[in-house]
Amino acid sequence: MSPSPSRPSPLLSLRGISKTFGAVAALTDVDLDVAAGEVVAVVGDNGAGKSTLVKVLSGVHQPDAGTITFDSHAVTIPSPAAAQQLGIATVFQDLALCENLNVIENLFLGRELRALRLDDVAMEVRSRELLRRLSAKIPKLSVPVAALSGGQRQTVAIARSLLGDPKIVILDEPTAALGVAQTAEVLNLIDRLREGGHGVIMISHNMDDVLSVADTVAVLRLGRNNGVFDAVETSTEQIVTAITGAADNAVTRRVRRARRAVSAGVEEGADHE
Amino acid sequence: MSDVGTAPPLAEPEQHEPEEPGGLRALAARFRGGDLGVLPVVAGLVVIWTVMQILNPVFLSSTNLVNLTLECAPVGVIALGVGLMLLVGQIDLSVGSLSGLSASVTAILFVGHGMSPWLAVPLAVATAAVIGWLYAQVFNRLGVPSFVITLAGLLGFLGVQLWVLGKKGAINLPFDSGLVTFAQLDFLPAWLSYALAVVAAGSLFATGYLRAGARRRAGLPATSLRGLLLRSVVLLAGLGLAVWYLGRTRGVGWMFVLFLALVLATHYVLSRTRFGKSVYAVGGNVEAARRAGINVNAVYTSAFVLCTTLAAIGGVLAAARLAAANQSTGGGDVNLNAIAAAVIGGTSLFGGRGNAFAALLGIVVIQSISSGLTLLNLDSSFRYMVTGAVLLLAVALDAVARRSRASHGRA
Repeated sequence: MSPSPSRPSPLLSLRGISKTFGAVAALTDVDLDVAAGEVVAVVGDNGAGKSTLVKVLSGVHQPDAGTITFDSHAVTIPSPAAAQQLGIATVFQDLALCENLNVIENLFLGRELRALRLDDVAMEVRSRELLRRLSAKIPKLSVPVAALSGGQRQTVAIARSLLGDPKIVILDEPTAALGVAQTAEVLNLIDRLREGGHGVIMISHNMDDVLSVADTVAVLRLGRNNGVFDAVETSTEQIVTAITGAADNAVTRRVRRARRAVSAGVEEGADHE
Repeated sequence: MSDVGTAPPLAEPEQHEPEEPGGLRALAARFRGGDLGVLPVVAGLVVIWTVMQILNPVFLSSTNLVNLTLECAPVGVIALGVGLMLLVGQIDLSVGSLSGLSASVTAILFVGHGMSPWLAVPLAVATAAVIGWLYAQVFNRLGVPSFVITLAGLLGFLGVQLWVLGKKGAINLPFDSGLVTFAQLDFLPAWLSYALAVVAAGSLFATGYLRAGARRRAGLPATSLRGLLLRSVVLLAGLGLAVWYLGRTRGVGWMFVLFLALVLATHYVLSRTRFGKSVYAVGGNVEAARRAGINVNAVYTSAFVLCTTLAAIGGVLAAARLAAANQSTGGGDVNLNAIAAAVIGGTSLFGGRGNAFAALLGIVVIQSISSGLTLLNLDSSFRYMVTGAVLLLAVALDAVARRSRASHGRA
């Protein structure tokens, strides 16, 4: 699937990425484009290769074949540190925060300012500025992260990824464990990343979240591309069809059933397909 | 973004609640959330001192308190190292054996081979440091749990200690040697004690003042001058009173000052350096620390080495205080007292919580119990029982605090 011509020129381009683990082909000939200021949702069923794709981009796994172009240079991403140096930051699903440390300490963990006499003033100023730029609602920066809600922790994790001034931010299931209000907060945060000119790759299972925040939806199925959709013009059903690979699937059956029930009133035996 | 000095003050103070971490309200919130800090141990100490004083009026006498400070130093130094291990979520069970071994090595080199103590002590301490490094290699490379490695070390190095001491089993250190006088007879002159108290309070004020100034310039909330002055004056009064009271008899021992200096140095490293933060990070969430780019194995190695090094220093101090190294140096209750002191002082057994002052407070609690019961002519059987009960209480408090944190959503 080639990108539609109307899209801006990509900041990050994957072409023909393949990755196998032993006999299992996790990714086969996958293409993906992300432009600055664009939110690309990568969706797919379990085992479709989403996580492998994230790990290739974050330097955890090396692809067996294919090219990665970043900022119009061909690059390789041999390690997580290399990914960060390029400007690709990843927020993994488990967030990797130290719950015994406070917000500032977590933001600067491993890159504290002035190693032998910590500059807490500068770190606090930068933390506040960063969180304010994200309009994040963190009541107090001096409390341990353990005291924060799931959405606030997600915010801290995203803010931390921004400290290295990345061009691309990858979010792995950012809303998976969150309640309704917290999900909305994180989606707002993603909007702000886009406004800030970051390219965002978001892995998600939740179609509502995907359609409400993404510009483009890339579907993976069994490790291959199975369509790139414009989020505005696409319905949940179309995406689910691409994910499952069949127009007749559990989701569409449910939708049809519901429609029939509405149009024909309550009628027995309507679910025989 | 990089120009910190000119960053404008926050426009939305309600959102990021402007509160200095040390503020009273923040403290209350922390207690409610199950972060008890030093409060339980200080309260416990007050209770113990009151009870002991009622039971025997000699307990709070200047003579006895001077003895107490000297008793605290050797095991306190060991407890400092144990605290570091607990902070990274590991434990060293062999600190007693290592302290005994290094005491024996010191005595053999010093007395047996006539080596200068300036050489003998560093050699003994270096031996322990190498042992700590070996522990860390086994831990990092083979993934053997630290309590198993150090349990093996506990037995193994006790054996080495007995072997190097030979058949005689005891080496006396000459009473007139610098080592022994340092631990038994050397006390600060009164003027120096008071001067150090003034320096301590003065530097508390100075660092606080500079910090508050820097925070204000950056538009951050800062401690008021009044609060700072109050704290410094309270510290000065407390230290002055202690120096005066101890000075009525022998005064403040150099060995105790060494212990305090080690506590303060450890405190600085833990709270004000990148390494210190990585210690807490490794104890809190190893995986997160690793992903943040922290060299986790190096942090573990440092903790092991620092712990065994401090254990060795504690062992040398114990031998100097006793003027002998023998088969029971570092044996008996040294091991458990050191570990108990760190835990009673408020270092969490679950890793990532605690500070350097835990060793100081914990060992004062333990030695107070020990000293008080000795004054009552109760033998060591009672001491073990009471110390055991206090330890259980401390660990239970830690576990309950942890559960409280969990119920406040901050496990």
